[in-house]
Amino acid sequence: MFSKKNLKLLTDPINKNNPITVQVLGICSALAVTVKLEPAVVMSLSVIFVMAMSNVVISLLRNTIPKRIRIIVQLVVVAALVIIVDQFLKAFVFDVSKQLSVFVGLIITNCIIMGRLEAFALSNSPKRAFLDGIGNGLGYGAILIIVAFFRELFGSGTIWDIQVVPEKFYQLGYANNGLMILPPMALIVVGVIIWVQRSRNRELIEE
Amino acid sequence: MDRNSNKYTFIYAVIMVIVVATILTFVAVSLQPFQKKNVELEKKKNVLAAFNVESNPDNVESLYKEIIVEVFAINVEGEKLDNVDAFKINLKDELRKPPADQQWPIYVAKTQDGDLKYIFPLYGKGLWGPLWGYISFYEDLNHVFGVYFDHKSETPGLGAEISTAEFQKEFIDKSIFDENGNFVSIDLIKTDASDNNHAVDAVSGGTITSHGLRDMLKTCLSAYLKFIENNKK
Repeated sequence: MFSKKNLKLLTDPINKNNPITVQVLGICSALAVTVKLEPAVVMSLSVIFVMAMSNVVISLLRNTIPKRIRIIVQLVVVAALVIIVDQFLKAFVFDVSKQLSVFVGLIITNCIIMGRLEAFALSNSPKRAFLDGIGNGLGYGAILIIVAFFRELFGSGTIWDIQVVPEKFYQLGYANNGLMILPPMALIVVGVIIWVQRSRNRELIEE
Repeated sequence: MDRNSNKYTFIYAVIMVIVVATILTFVAVSLQPFQKKNVELEKKKNVLAAFNVESNPDNVESLYKEIIVEVFAINVEGEKLDNVDAFKINLKDELRKPPADQQWPIYVAKTQDGDLKYIFPLYGKGLWGPLWGYISFYEDLNHVFGVYFDHKSETPGLGAEISTAEFQKEFIDKSIFDENGNFVSIDLIKTDASDNNHAVDAVSGGTITSHGLRDMLKTCLSAYLKFIENNKK
């Protein structure tokens, strides 16, 4: 299962071929759900699940899918999985599902998922598709969590809703940065991550 | 069979839709009881919030049982209705009915010192979608004890400010009757409202949401007016 080639499927999207910072897919939800760590983690888990499962399902069906309704079949599979995730969130983590509101539904249109189905699952075995799905989900989740960590820390002074900036700082005049809570700062944090990643990984820099 | 033939495509699509629909129906039906429970807890939490009691999913049930002593429904004439499960009333549906058929729920809460407080649910519309909330009164049914507002999709930072504690705090101790005993509701105004007993500061940049909130208060409290006049002290 974990031959070198398969392992690459899992690790590549986390760094060298990251869906957000390198492929620049799925940016929209990265802006929207990263104000706090908790929804970001739930969103990441949801995307990992939907991604892995839809990759496997499409890969299993790849030899039966009629060419002309290929995209429709992919959409139906993704939409069905997303609805299942949404129903589970509503039943078991109601508060988080309220915060994520429409964004869970928007996983359907998350370009990473359709992109991986088209580019990978349609032409690879279920096992490899599963690893690719998990890898890309993790790559997406990793960025989401890093962004959410900094936005929550500087925007609200908390991490996972636990106060980490000591009261003393506030008395000395430190203030939470309200800008961090707004979507544009997510873009800037993503930009900083891309900067750091490229300066460490020279081969990513375009001519 | 030829994978590119129309027949194959049609059969494939039909089978796929049936299979997916079956799976989704099964998931939705089996999770429904949990979801209903969550919605019910959320409602109880909101009722308690209007009564200035903070709760979380773990203690909301016990707090609610402890604090809310009675839930009943009235008609617009202010008469108590029997055989109505007031907790289940959905104001959205009631507002569509002719006034004579409407049923309005009232929650009665008891504080530790034995005072009764009345909590009225509210429902209206903002800029992008529905607004709802609860308002609680002292026993005189004139002065506001606490409020809770929420919204479906008002603009964050502007109209959505109505659901913040800072905004809701402004309503406390305002009154809905003027010195002569006329019903004036609570207005949302542009200028400083700290000296005004019947108005609060509206949300800057959220004019339509503020107007929606004002109308919601006026419409819904008018429906309770008969009851309030019969019972105020």
